[in-house]
Amino acid sequence: MTEKYNMPDERGHFGPYGGIFVAETLIPPVQELNAAYQRYMHDPEFIAEMDADLQHYVGRPSPLYHAERWSNELGGAQIYLKREDLNHTGSHKINNTVGQALLAKRMGKTRIIAETGAGQHGVATATVAARLGLECVVYMGSVDVARQSLNVYRMKLLGATVVAVESGSKTLKDALNEALRDWVTNVDNTFYIIGTVAGPHPYPAMVRDFQAIIGREARQQCLEQTGRLPDALVACVGGGSNAIGLFHPFIDDASVKMYGVEAAGDGIETGRHSAPLSAGRPGVLHGNRTYLMSDDDGEIIETHSISAGLDYPGVGPEHAWLKDTGRAQYPNITDNEALEGFHALTLMEGIIPALESSHAMAYTMKLAPTMRKDEIIIVNLSGRGDKDMQTMAKREGIEL
Amino acid sequence: MSRLAATCEALAKTGRKALIPFITAGDPHPDFTVAMMHAMVEAGVDVIELGVPFSDPVADGPVIQRASERALAHKMSLKRTLDIASEFRKTNQQTPVVLMGYLNPIEAMSYEGFANAAQRADIDGVLTVDLPPEEAKECCDLLKSLGIDPIFLLAPNSSDERIKKMDSIGSGYLYYVSLKGVTGAGHLNIVDVENKLQQIKKNTRLPVAIGFGVKDAETAKAIGNIGDGVVIGSALISKIEAHLDEPELAKNEIVALLTSMRLALDSHSAS
Repeated sequence: MTEKYNMPDERGHFGPYGGIFVAETLIPPVQELNAAYQRYMHDPEFIAEMDADLQHYVGRPSPLYHAERWSNELGGAQIYLKREDLNHTGSHKINNTVGQALLAKRMGKTRIIAETGAGQHGVATATVAARLGLECVVYMGSVDVARQSLNVYRMKLLGATVVAVESGSKTLKDALNEALRDWVTNVDNTFYIIGTVAGPHPYPAMVRDFQAIIGREARQQCLEQTGRLPDALVACVGGGSNAIGLFHPFIDDASVKMYGVEAAGDGIETGRHSAPLSAGRPGVLHGNRTYLMSDDDGEIIETHSISAGLDYPGVGPEHAWLKDTGRAQYPNITDNEALEGFHALTLMEGIIPALESSHAMAYTMKLAPTMRKDEIIIVNLSGRGDKDMQTMAKREGIEL
Repeated sequence: MSRLAATCEALAKTGRKALIPFITAGDPHPDFTVAMMHAMVEAGVDVIELGVPFSDPVADGPVIQRASERALAHKMSLKRTLDIASEFRKTNQQTPVVLMGYLNPIEAMSYEGFANAAQRADIDGVLTVDLPPEEAKECCDLLKSLGIDPIFLLAPNSSDERIKKMDSIGSGYLYYVSLKGVTGAGHLNIVDVENKLQQIKKNTRLPVAIGFGVKDAETAKAIGNIGDGVVIGSALISKIEAHLDEPELAKNEIVALLTSMRLALDSHSAS
């Protein structure tokens, strides 16, 4: 790659993907948001405030940890974990909500809405809303409310209203639908904090920019600790915000391979999965063009994954572009394989990963043994597994 | 001149306002829709908006969401919606039919495939809720080349510049979304609509139909006084929903409501 990577274009396109596909009422707020984002991303005062919050409130920089015992066990590449699980609220999601909430404040919005799947983004949003004294409403599919009840309770403690969404498949996509309906109704005072690199422009680029601190830190930490760049990056992909956050600062480093791991659920061949890049087709949903799980008639198909955070039929448009250009690879991992990754990291390193991140761990278990011992993999440990204790216990027939 | 433009022109000449019902194709059952369309024409409607069911109708309130779900449960699709329109056209060559839906089913068919299929079904206009003008050129050019009007939405927060943009890219009519919200919402404010229409009319020569939140003859008349046409959707679909096991009863109630609206609208133009 001779030219520096510079996506998206002015109207939010990553090649044929991205763009702005929303009803007319949402055009003015999307334009207003884009203007604010363009302005404040270059405003030293805004950046200083955000950096201070990330350092003192979130706890950044997050460590880059050499998982030596696990690396030796697998017998291949050296595995380094980017510890986003150690952030305040327990995942990478807060990097983005801190940034967007500061934008909301600058724009004079008094009400925050969000969608959530696993509840990590909902908790991260409720957290910053509490801190800034903003009203907060979180939309969550009723299926997810049931399987992530701990996070629902956390959001309520933080003062947020949690709305259980009963339409469609009652998961993340339906929560997003309902949040969009709220936004169109309350555009004047409401800021919609989207939790992933999807939605209409500028969300995919803006959320990426807020999450890119993961990759910037990891790049510097890797150089400091090992004197060289990593050979591979691994991260799970639902909407894809933790993956793009890690990948983006490395895109121009041609020697660094990138692996975004999709959720194969019961297996790609069963059709019960959440892997649009592996087995979907391009289409338009939630404001952008990207790979989607949809049928021949263009209706969105229900998805399946053990991890609520990956249970989404679309994926960020930049990932669609990175797939088509071949810059990143998008393998997939089944529910059962993810559970192996979960247990392996827990027993080998004493770190309990979120089920989402466990997909990245499981793929690392396949990838590391194929590489030399002097090669380096950075894996994004995007969240911690505390929220998944009920799911795990239930799966293993244990009553808590 | 397109069937839609001719219809609007004829209405304007006589000072009548367009009555435009919206129903979702295949709700509550695919066999119901063609008969319902004919019955609505007899009740005096001028244009029919036929909703294409979609799994994720983000601009719609709960009533039209459930209509989509019922239709999809019967394997309704864009292709089968076009079949319904063709069937209707066999015995009605006058009433314009406008498809209203979301972009993904059209993307799945390909723009060219869709435009050709819509022409074969003798569709008059296409309103795609999540396709703003910035992304619409390719699809619009194809539709226009086949004599199909691309219809665009305007919203309470649309600027002069946006209205002019819709005027230049759209044809047939413009659809003014009368409130910030989803279809079937309950906070329609007539004075706000009146003020906005003055701004819109300064920036377009296309007829303006007004929809979202019109529930009864009284509101229809008030809206008719302001714009060139009235769109009514959720209020009709509520009738279908109230009589899911007795579609004939739903049909009769829809005809009664549309008839009362027709009377109210015409009493305006006579006065």
